[in-house]
Amino acid sequence: MTHYLLAVHGPAEMEEFGNYGSKEEMEAAFAATDAFNEKLRADGYWVFAGGLQSASTATVVDGQGETPVMTDGPYLETKEVIGGFWVVDAPDLDVALKLAAEGSKACGGKVEVRPFDGLA
Amino acid sequence: MQGETAAVERVFREEYGRLIASLVRRFGDIDIAEEAAGEALVAALEKWPESGVPPNPGGWLTITAGNRAIDRIRREKQRDAKHQAAFMDHDDTPHEPTGPVEDDRLRLLFTCCHPALAPEARIALTLRLLGGLTVAEIAQAFLVPETTMAQRITRAKKKIAAAKVPYRVPEAADLPERLGGVMAVLFLVFNEGYLASGDGDPVRAELTGEAIRLTRILRELLPEEPEVAGLLGLQLLTEARREARVRNGQLVPLGEQDRAGWGRGLIAEGHDLVRECLAINRPGRYQVLAAINAVHTDAPTASDTDWSQVVALYDQLTLLDPSPIVALNRAVAVAELDGPEVALALVDRLPLAGYHAWHVARADLLRRLGRTSEAKEAYDAAIAATQNSAERAYLSRKRGELV
Repeated sequence: MTHYLLAVHGPAEMEEFGNYGSKEEMEAAFAATDAFNEKLRADGYWVFAGGLQSASTATVVDGQGETPVMTDGPYLETKEVIGGFWVVDAPDLDVALKLAAEGSKACGGKVEVRPFDGLA
Repeated sequence: MQGETAAVERVFREEYGRLIASLVRRFGDIDIAEEAAGEALVAALEKWPESGVPPNPGGWLTITAGNRAIDRIRREKQRDAKHQAAFMDHDDTPHEPTGPVEDDRLRLLFTCCHPALAPEARIALTLRLLGGLTVAEIAQAFLVPETTMAQRITRAKKKIAAAKVPYRVPEAADLPERLGGVMAVLFLVFNEGYLASGDGDPVRAELTGEAIRLTRILRELLPEEPEVAGLLGLQLLTEARREARVRNGQLVPLGEQDRAGWGRGLIAEGHDLVRECLAINRPGRYQVLAAINAVHTDAPTASDTDWSQVVALYDQLTLLDPSPIVALNRAVAVAELDGPEVALALVDRLPLAGYHAWHVARADLLRRLGRTSEAKEAYDAAIAATQNSAERAYLSRKRGELV
């Protein structure tokens, strides 16, 4: 089994209803994502998942020098940022890609699939 | 001695795909498989010229390469326990038929053509691992520096290992789509050989030949799939005209080719495949394209061509693949039935201004309509849009003939 990160990409600028057009769309996506999460647990793929606050709440810390340097905002100023992610444990890439397709449909965003290089 | 070396290399090339595929299944690692295969070649080059080619050269290579791979893994086990862990999940079962499909090469083909890999990497990996072409040969065929091609292949192999691209034939539910991806790679290799996109050799027989060889293997492995039969038929009926297609460095269009120079054996085999597809009656894109080529190769002279049949087949193809490129090819056939004016109206509304064949079709139709200055412009645009030397030479001559 291999661990995969399924990262959801969405616009950096959040509207009133997150990345969704209306309250109803947002609630429908949340419900679909909850159902997908349940399925991941039931099928034994679940490791961890979470949604992130908007990129504007991020702080970059550089602790390589003598005193840490803090910078407000995300590391990269881009139009698309990671809005949330799943970590799944899947037998191979085909299974991970299928899960990503389901997750993408549920949450309404593009999903990047990336294998972990081992876990600590 | 040199002849013997060439003979060993020819056997090796023929056995390469099978050898690599069985080693990948056994050891679960493409790099180990390639290295072991390379060592087996060195051993064969030493032994065979003296002792003669063994009765089962493929078996000899498989056993030799397998032993070399085990030696390497043992060495690394002693040296690096952590590295060894990577080989723990390899499949050491004996070579067993996998469902209806009995060949490791098919699994390897699906791995090489996996949709998670970049399209150009799929082509390169397929030619490298199944075709046994060297990185240098593939780089030359696609006109990129060898280092670029080497990086492309290395990167794809790394992704296969790290992301665990599976080494298996997809399940029945996924097979049609995934098979489509495999056939697309083989068709691209063939087309690049048949009309090279660069300014080197206009036709690359080594690529058309390799595509046909791999498609034959695919057909052997999936004899029930009519689209595979269609793809093979399409390639054979096209390949049959290859010799007649370039004369004095110029492309010769279908209507002007010397049909005595067509390969009759390939045409007969292609027609058999098309008939087989018709009997199965599950049409698909490649089958219809093969049928169109069967109509052309059935006509003793260009003027005997059954154009209404060709247009009817393009109508069928449009239902399966409603792309502007199909519409362009249909329009070229319509010109023979309803005249160039009707055809030009069809061509002009297609969004293909970046496609050289669109300019070629327009130039020819405008020429036939006597609209000379527009035809010249269209020839210029067509010449500018292609790098193929034989096509440029042909288009330049046609343009020069306009007064």
